[in-house]
Amino acid sequence: MSVWPSIVEIARQVQSGRLKAAELVDRSLEAIANKNDYKAIIATTEERARKRAKEIDECVRKGQKVGKLAGVPFIAKDNFLVFGADTTAASNILRGFDAPYQATVIARLEAEGAICVAKANLDAFGHGASTENSDFMVTKNPHDKTRVAGGSSGGSAAAVVLDMAPFALGTDTGGSTRQPASFAGCVGYKPTYGLISRSGVIAMASSTDTIGTLARSVEDASLVIDVMAGIDSLDSVTIDKDAAGYDTAKTDYKLKGNRIGLIKEYMTDDVDKGVRKVIGVAVTKLKKAGAEIKEISLPSLPLSLATYYIVVPAEISSNLSRYDGQRYGYSYKDAKDLEASYNKSRATGFGYEAKRRIMIGTYVLSSGYYDAYYKQAQIVRTKLINEFNNAFKEVDFLAGPVTPTTAFKVGENTKDPLKMYLADVMTVAASLVGIPAISIPAGTIQGLPVGLQLMAPQRQDRVLLGLARASEDLFA
Amino acid sequence: MTKLSGTDVLKLARLARLELSEDEVEKFRTELSDILGYVEQLQGVDAKGLEPTYQVTGLTNIMRPDEIVAYGPSQKELLKNVPAVEANQIKVKRVLG
Repeated sequence: MSVWPSIVEIARQVQSGRLKAAELVDRSLEAIANKNDYKAIIATTEERARKRAKEIDECVRKGQKVGKLAGVPFIAKDNFLVFGADTTAASNILRGFDAPYQATVIARLEAEGAICVAKANLDAFGHGASTENSDFMVTKNPHDKTRVAGGSSGGSAAAVVLDMAPFALGTDTGGSTRQPASFAGCVGYKPTYGLISRSGVIAMASSTDTIGTLARSVEDASLVIDVMAGIDSLDSVTIDKDAAGYDTAKTDYKLKGNRIGLIKEYMTDDVDKGVRKVIGVAVTKLKKAGAEIKEISLPSLPLSLATYYIVVPAEISSNLSRYDGQRYGYSYKDAKDLEASYNKSRATGFGYEAKRRIMIGTYVLSSGYYDAYYKQAQIVRTKLINEFNNAFKEVDFLAGPVTPTTAFKVGENTKDPLKMYLADVMTVAASLVGIPAISIPAGTIQGLPVGLQLMAPQRQDRVLLGLARASEDLFA
Repeated sequence: MTKLSGTDVLKLARLARLELSEDEVEKFRTELSDILGYVEQLQGVDAKGLEPTYQVTGLTNIMRPDEIVAYGPSQKELLKNVPAVEANQIKVKRVLG
């Protein structure tokens, strides 16, 4: 049992004065200190968090309004710009970077009374599926310290499972919220592309970057998403939030009558037998509760990983060009000229995986290869989108596993980059297509969690969260 | 299947403004060849009648009035992370020879 009540309950108690925000921050910081050996946290924002808690408690005392997340501590992945600690994206090149402004979502959460207490570990810049590409440390799985917590939001997922805070923020560019949620055993939500502002979040691949939410329940995640969602003039791809909001998702949702497609290409022999079994049992429960289950085939899905590993490195190589040693971040001091300053600052500041992705991206975008790689990948992306659109004519939701295996051992996949990239094989499609997707705990294999992935058409976040809430009750 | 040479790797590194060690050049030569070999499976896909997708929102031309908007952080705050500043400007090495 978690030490935290539901977020709604925490906020209610803080609003009524029965619980002090200061006590909640203490509880959070204590858990972080006690579980330091899991290496989920890069830094705390202790001083600022305590100050904010005091302000909130003071508002309550004076009878002022304190917001629907009043006093609720949370942890942000270290690629969110947050006041009170450095923002490093777990990279050496950004060591010591002091955010001049906060991410839009941090400001929105703070406006409702939430308190950021710490920054979580990640694969540097989000490049990875295990946090083994962090320039600082590897986050351990809360269920088995010899295994990874997933990535790239591995620190955020582990922090939630270790009860360091009731929720954490991640990012999801190709599965970086859903996959660690599945490995560590919590809820991980990737919204429709554009639903939640990325302003103030360090860019990885702009055409698939989304803001992820990690929480212990779909109810908690829905409330947080509701606070963050909606148009932001600082991120020009943002879309309107659902007028009905997201935190009411359960009240008007029933499993009965909904059509759920189990994705054929995600249930092949390439996926661990135990994982398929857990998913099979979960889907049977949904069927018994009244959902209509059918098998759906999306024939181009096996191409999605190759598509992703062209499109995303291309965008990474472009986004990481800003780290040039001149404007911010690490700067090589003894360069003889500007060119050498660029070359040496980037060579020293970037880790190996960032370099590898910059190199791939540079190749696929370079003159003579652009059409064969980048343009062709964007055409296959269209094919994928068409197939998802057709599938959603037959069913309301799609379902399948999140990952082909449970959490792997630390070091198991680091020698072979292609093997590591395969950890994303069932999460990248939703990213390329821009649809919402969620991982919810569906069972365990030898003590290790397995997540069920559910997806819905673009902008159907509200019904997806509703389905997930109804499903979660069945698996509990 | 694409096989990169050491010269190819160095040319890419030059385009990406990355100085590589000899060891990195050798590792990238094989790793990038493997990764490109994997993604080349897309080249046989029938692309007839399909347009590339560059963004998925369906949004077009998001406009705002052409006026100054108060952005928030001051010039001082924006300059605090700059490695070298002179007269409130970012100082870099000579650009033109």
